[in-house]
Amino acid sequence: MKSAFTPPIGKITQINGQCISLIGNDIDTDRIIPARFLKCVNFDSLGESVFEDDRATLKGRHPFDLEENNNATILIVNSNFGCGSSREHAPQALMRWGIRGIIGESFADIFYSNCIAIGIPCFTLTKKSIEEIQNYCDNQFLFLEIDLKNSLAKSKDLNFNLEIKESSRKMFLSGEWDATSTLLDNKILIENKFNQLPYIKFNTNF
Amino acid sequence: MSKDTLFDKVWDLHKVSSLPGGSDQIFIGLHLIHEVTSPQAFGALKDKNLTVKFPSRTVATVDHIVPTDNQSRPFKDNLAEQMIETLEKNCLQHKIKFFNIGSGSQGIVHVVAPELGLTQPGMTIACGDSHTSTHGAFGSIAFGIGTSQVRDVLATQTIAMNKLKVRQIWCENQLSNGVYAKDLVLHIINKLGVKAGVGFAYEFAGPAINLLSMEERMTICNMSIEGGARCGYINPDEKTFSYMKNKLCAPKNEHWEKALTWWKSLKSDEDSIYDDVIKIDASKIEPTVTWGITPGQSIGINQKIPLLDELSPNDKLVAEEAYEYMSFKPGQSIKDIPVEVCFIGSCTNGRISDLRVAAKVLKDKKVSKSVKAFVVPGSEKVANEAKQEGLDQIFKDSGFQWREPGCSMCLAMNSDKLIGNQISASSSNRNFKGRQGSPNGRTLLMSPAMVAAAAINGKVSDVREFIN
Repeated sequence: MKSAFTPPIGKITQINGQCISLIGNDIDTDRIIPARFLKCVNFDSLGESVFEDDRATLKGRHPFDLEENNNATILIVNSNFGCGSSREHAPQALMRWGIRGIIGESFADIFYSNCIAIGIPCFTLTKKSIEEIQNYCDNQFLFLEIDLKNSLAKSKDLNFNLEIKESSRKMFLSGEWDATSTLLDNKILIENKFNQLPYIKFNTNF
Repeated sequence: MSKDTLFDKVWDLHKVSSLPGGSDQIFIGLHLIHEVTSPQAFGALKDKNLTVKFPSRTVATVDHIVPTDNQSRPFKDNLAEQMIETLEKNCLQHKIKFFNIGSGSQGIVHVVAPELGLTQPGMTIACGDSHTSTHGAFGSIAFGIGTSQVRDVLATQTIAMNKLKVRQIWCENQLSNGVYAKDLVLHIINKLGVKAGVGFAYEFAGPAINLLSMEERMTICNMSIEGGARCGYINPDEKTFSYMKNKLCAPKNEHWEKALTWWKSLKSDEDSIYDDVIKIDASKIEPTVTWGITPGQSIGINQKIPLLDELSPNDKLVAEEAYEYMSFKPGQSIKDIPVEVCFIGSCTNGRISDLRVAAKVLKDKKVSKSVKAFVVPGSEKVANEAKQEGLDQIFKDSGFQWREPGCSMCLAMNSDKLIGNQISASSSNRNFKGRQGSPNGRTLLMSPAMVAAAAINGKVSDVREFIN
């Protein structure tokens, strides 16, 4: 039984936890959360439906169904993870399942932005390092301590220098990943831009 | 770093500030919303006690969840009804223009905004939908965003974003007869791969692009995201301007003249610098069909499903997954694979020109008895125009079901779904596992003309045999 969900807030400097490895390239957001689960007006119950169809196909053998992964918080993926639909429901479902950070070979653009916007840092490593982690996870538990300040991941046996976009790293360290208030700080600049844009005055019909 | 491209110009024009972390704050000129990705954003506004900053810059329609058989309210599906009611309530409360069912302008958001003249050159356009790249066909910079960013646009009309790099995809020569924009974009995605566009905006250019109609250009830009690029665009030209003239929300009278002058100034300079340039020979492309589980896994109609050895190491893992999921054998011909469902519609290929080209193939022909075929117009306007031209009758006479506008079986959020491991020939944009509503349903992407040909023969066919 999972503990009650609490969303991340404020500064994110450390993510510590057990890794869960999911092998495959181009895992799209339809697979992370199939479209039928998008029929909702809040994100609350998405956690239980994450990877629903992949899990059903594997009949209990999907990493998200294995009991030993129940408390995992760091997801290890391969390349182009989260491609396809822009649905934020995908990272929301992962987060509500328990994921707090993702390490992968590469991420799709919109999925990456969505993760940043809800407080899930995404790091990249080379294919070789990811495979090293995935092989390790095949045989034993991997607990990583991720330090965002130094972009380091440490464990008993493995250590990695993680890559993360500098802008994202700074936003997590300062707590400004929840961008609304930062954006609102520039209220006057926004008004000025609105008044300067040529096309604002062209439209008369909407 | 790119310089003096249309992307650079529009980005710079809309830049509000440089944010502390190094990303830019970008003003969004047009914000489009729909029922699936907006409710949580409005909920967040309420939680944060915020209001919509510029309600006149957001426009709504309903598309993903609408039934396409019976649209009377309340919808049979309670959850779908709840979603449309939530959107109605939010638009009313925040004074946002909403093109609802029956307004004459409802439809798939990426079909509706261009046909209303909302989409204009030089704008930044965002929507909680990855196919927002469609609007780049007009020389706007348009991209999909998630719900938290929808919230930010509602609250501030801006988002935080890192500037993209720009790759020009130069398409030489011209498409041959029976080969369409869909084939071109599937070919491009196949050549470059589904993740090549990550971090990039794609500029589509060259003679083959210039020759395309505005609707064909929308098909190209629409699928940029399937190549990993969240933004794709084409420099505006006379075709762009003449498409826009007299559209409901396009500038009128003296504003039109002013707008035209400004739009004409908006294009990548002759000597602009790109981060990357790729050349494609459009004349070599055949009608193209996907055989796998990503839009990059496509081949020409006369080619065979690739053997594992023919693929690059990076493509092998997904190819093996695709063989198994699709139950296709490496080396097998794509032609003559039987199809059970044929779907014409979606933001990629649900416009009037798509319906015209499919109807031309179907005229005086019958859909195979083994096939369930249906056509879902992209919008109420498309549906009305098709009816005026008698296209609906051609579809019906052939055995196609004629439906009401919506996203329908592109993503199967309504009751239009594949059953079991059915194979569909689909004019939509994604062939992901389970995409069309059945966890083991199989999707073959192709042009609307090719879907029509497949419907007639009950199997994947070369549309050139019907039109030449």
